[in-house]
Amino acid sequence: MSVKIDPLLCNGCQGQDEANCVKLCPGDLLMIDQETGKPHIRNEADCWDCMVCVKGCPLEAIETVLPYQLASYKATLKPRVLDGKIIWHLRDARGNEETYELKTSS
Amino acid sequence: MRGGVFADMSEIKIEKLETDLLIIGGGTAGCLAAVRAKREAAELDVVIAEKAHIERSGCLAAGMNAINAYINPGETPESFVSYVRADAMGLLREDLVLSMAKRLNEVVQEVESWGLPIEKDERGNYLSRGRWNIKISGESLKPIIAGRAIDSGARVLNRVMITKLLLEEGRVTGAMGFGVRSGIFYLIKAKAVIVATGGAAGIYRPNNSGSSHHKMWYSPFNTGGGYAIGIRAGAEMTSFEMRFIALRTKDVIAPTGTLALGFGAKQVNSLGERFMATRYSHLGAEGAPTPLRVFGPTQEVKEGRGPIFLDTTHLKEEELRELKKSYLNMYPELILSWAANGFDPRERPIEIQGTEPYLVGGHTQSGYWISEKRETTLEGLYAAGDVAGGAPYKFVSGCWAEGVIAAENAVDYIRETGSTEESAESNDCLFTEMLRVYAPLHRDDGVSPPEMEERLQKVMDEYAGGVSRYYEMNEHELLLALNQIKHLQTQTRHLRAEDFHRLMNCHEVIDRIDIAEVLLNHLLYRKETRWPAYQSRVDYPYCNDRDWLKFVNSKRVNDRLEILERPYRQVVGGDRYVP
Repeated sequence: MSVKIDPLLCNGCQGQDEANCVKLCPGDLLMIDQETGKPHIRNEADCWDCMVCVKGCPLEAIETVLPYQLASYKATLKPRVLDGKIIWHLRDARGNEETYELKTSS
Repeated sequence: MRGGVFADMSEIKIEKLETDLLIIGGGTAGCLAAVRAKREAAELDVVIAEKAHIERSGCLAAGMNAINAYINPGETPESFVSYVRADAMGLLREDLVLSMAKRLNEVVQEVESWGLPIEKDERGNYLSRGRWNIKISGESLKPIIAGRAIDSGARVLNRVMITKLLLEEGRVTGAMGFGVRSGIFYLIKAKAVIVATGGAAGIYRPNNSGSSHHKMWYSPFNTGGGYAIGIRAGAEMTSFEMRFIALRTKDVIAPTGTLALGFGAKQVNSLGERFMATRYSHLGAEGAPTPLRVFGPTQEVKEGRGPIFLDTTHLKEEELRELKKSYLNMYPELILSWAANGFDPRERPIEIQGTEPYLVGGHTQSGYWISEKRETTLEGLYAAGDVAGGAPYKFVSGCWAEGVIAAENAVDYIRETGSTEESAESNDCLFTEMLRVYAPLHRDDGVSPPEMEERLQKVMDEYAGGVSRYYEMNEHELLLALNQIKHLQTQTRHLRAEDFHRLMNCHEVIDRIDIAEVLLNHLLYRKETRWPAYQSRVDYPYCNDRDWLKFVNSKRVNDRLEILERPYRQVVGGDRYVP
């Protein structure tokens, strides 16, 4: 796996010229499915797992899921991007949770 | 049009642009170059051609947690050169490193003024993390510098891959390329060009395969386009044989400087020995030059004392939280992998490994042969950042400094020389390049880019010192590899693309095959081992200053690669092997 996009949360960034994730992916891997109007990844193996699309999604609809050969099922790392900071929520495979707040601009 | 693919060249839209300064690559060096050029000369038009989208493109996409080239209090640009010289095993362009070092603090403070948070102590001084390092909260480093480049008034062409430099009477007068989504062909005329595309990943078989083949340290989307356009245009290149191999965490391939410099973790082997201290004390132990810090652990594994770890079991709970924060600013997926695998660095040490070799002029020194003004050997073309050669230890801030130096000199050049005459040459050139660029879209049968990439990476890994060979090579293997790569160059005419994204992938493979040819010629020519691991010639295992204290350069002349030697010049006094 690489990124998982929740089809119920994602609205394809309606009203924008381009969905944020489609714009930001440094590998140009995300594209809009003409039928659903929502993004999907061209090729999961080509993902760098940089999490740029995850942080850029205004609806928090994207999650990075690392390839199974590198990371077991299942932990989550979710950023909440706010003005000047990011709050990261980490949940490990046993369900323990941690939160980290990081400054992004001054 | 047939299934989204052009059947006929006449369907391709051509867009011709004119500008004063074209910057190829809107990354670390390119953004700073754009801002400086507009500040020096607001009246000049500046265009940035960027393969992805400038906001998060290139190496800095995920962010950074430190600036690793900064002149901290008590140090000088000269002491920096002495240190970097010893780290580069006594051979580097001291004039380039010195001119860069003199600008490091200026550019860091400038980017801080744009909104980059730099950590400070209670007296307001930057928090250092090692001799040349300061700590930053750099998750948004890329959007901060990209935003500034846009605000400066530079025009940005996103999603354009440059494939060829325009050459008129020996002078670079622009570049050509194509839209990786739109398919539009671009001809951009410019009075001066700065190439700042970054280095090259994906030449060697990576640590991970299959579903994780892009889980590498250097950006897999940096595919050496800047090197390739220069090689094909006949620019002189230097030191490709000084490959860069990074010491990284196992599997997820995250940087280890954070652990070693930021949190005092030491390398240990499976017997618990601090082998750098016991076996390499005469070379600096844990402070040995960077290539030896890759060579050391690689030898441990080769000789049966692996795996190798960075020992983090001394960390206190609060330190572990700080460590995780550091990685979230730069490499968040490492933290996710620990959580998924139930890994706690306080219970067990972190396993590390060497990566596959990359070409990265910002860490080592493979790239364009440039003057102190960052002029390449082609008039009108400047180089900065990972694509520029001769000056290792640039990292982020050194790439910024080089972008600034290149911009200042390119602006002077534009003012002195003015515009160029339109020649018939550029039109001929345009059609030849269009035929070359779009050819893979016309083929119904053939080879896909991933197939050819796999072949390239297999040859390089097995015959030219990849991970599976402990980075070692000899002349017989290198000649065999060169033979295979030359054959592969004849195979690129079978590459096939279904859409423009795949067309980009085709050219990314073509570029890397051209780079591999140059790399192999350099590796063959240097008959010593100057940089263990980076350049381990087992048939010439020793460093030989008497014969090889010089640069190996090359350039393509009439489709043949010529090797040239260039002398080393010491600028800063002192023992070349003492930091």
